[in-house]
Amino acid sequence: MSSSLISPNPIGTSNPAAAGADRSREAKTRRRKKKAQAQAQAQSKARSLSSKWKSQAQQQIFSSNLLRALAQSRRRGGGGVGGGGSSGGRAVREAADRALAASAKGRTRWSRAILAGRIRISKFRKRKRPAAAVAAAAAAAGRSRKPRVSVSRLRGKGIPAVQRKVRFLGRLVPGCRKEPLPVILEEATDYIEALEMQVRAMSELARLLSGGASVGAGSSSGSPPEPLPGQ
Amino acid sequence: MSSRRSRSRQSGSSGISDDQIIDLVSKLQQLLPEIRNRRSDKVSAAKVLQETCNHIRSLHREVDDLSERLSELLANSDSDQAAVIRNLLMQ
Repeated sequence: MSSSLISPNPIGTSNPAAAGADRSREAKTRRRKKKAQAQAQAQSKARSLSSKWKSQAQQQIFSSNLLRALAQSRRRGGGGVGGGGSSGGRAVREAADRALAASAKGRTRWSRAILAGRIRISKFRKRKRPAAAVAAAAAAAGRSRKPRVSVSRLRGKGIPAVQRKVRFLGRLVPGCRKEPLPVILEEATDYIEALEMQVRAMSELARLLSGGASVGAGSSSGSPPEPLPGQ
Repeated sequence: MSSRRSRSRQSGSSGISDDQIIDLVSKLQQLLPEIRNRRSDKVSAAKVLQETCNHIRSLHREVDDLSERLSELLANSDSDQAAVIRNLLMQ
């Protein structure tokens, strides 16, 4: 008993010195854990970047952007759009592309090209110095421009067929006409996923609109068709 | 000899190796539904590029069709329904 009473004292006196060391050790381990967590988060973010287009949250963001853009265009277009079905479709397509590019948050070249292209074509109609415009927009995203790699480095093949396909692919993906091969491949990867998400979201919207015609406004209080993103 | 040296210099300055390109191509390959179902070992880069072009074009066509449908639906229905859907999606 008395020993237990006495024993804390030496521990108490030695505690400050030991506690300091303990605290520093604990702090170090905490810092290491935080670093590891941050690294893991960064890694998971990097990995999930490719699958970000598959998440429900991204689709909902895109859908809400699209709806807003559509409502805006409808307000601007007025009541005379009934006859022009094809022109209306074109406007929807452009609004959808813009909404898609906006959902990309400007991290990819094609999204920046889409967003910049709409303004450029409507105002200037100039094709000169597209690299300068894209670079200026890219500065905000913080992406450094990689030095050019010739296309013929694709496994050492300089075959014109492969080059032709790469050029064609570069023309398909917006904003990648003059980019080297690895850039085109990366942009194409992201672009395909984004397009698939666009198709999913728009078909969902069309289903809602065509299915909701009979239900009317009564379904607003019902459960939404997609589960809410809890992530 | 000089060509080899220049190539190595290019790879040193650009930082893009063949392995990275192969990695990108394989990542692209995974996305394509055509190639995913078949054996993915013997697909050449040209084939992957071709399938990528075809896939992007078909996706463009789908988006065009969907936007046509959506424009028709929006023109026919009221603006209330668009507002309803907006509320649904923004919960």
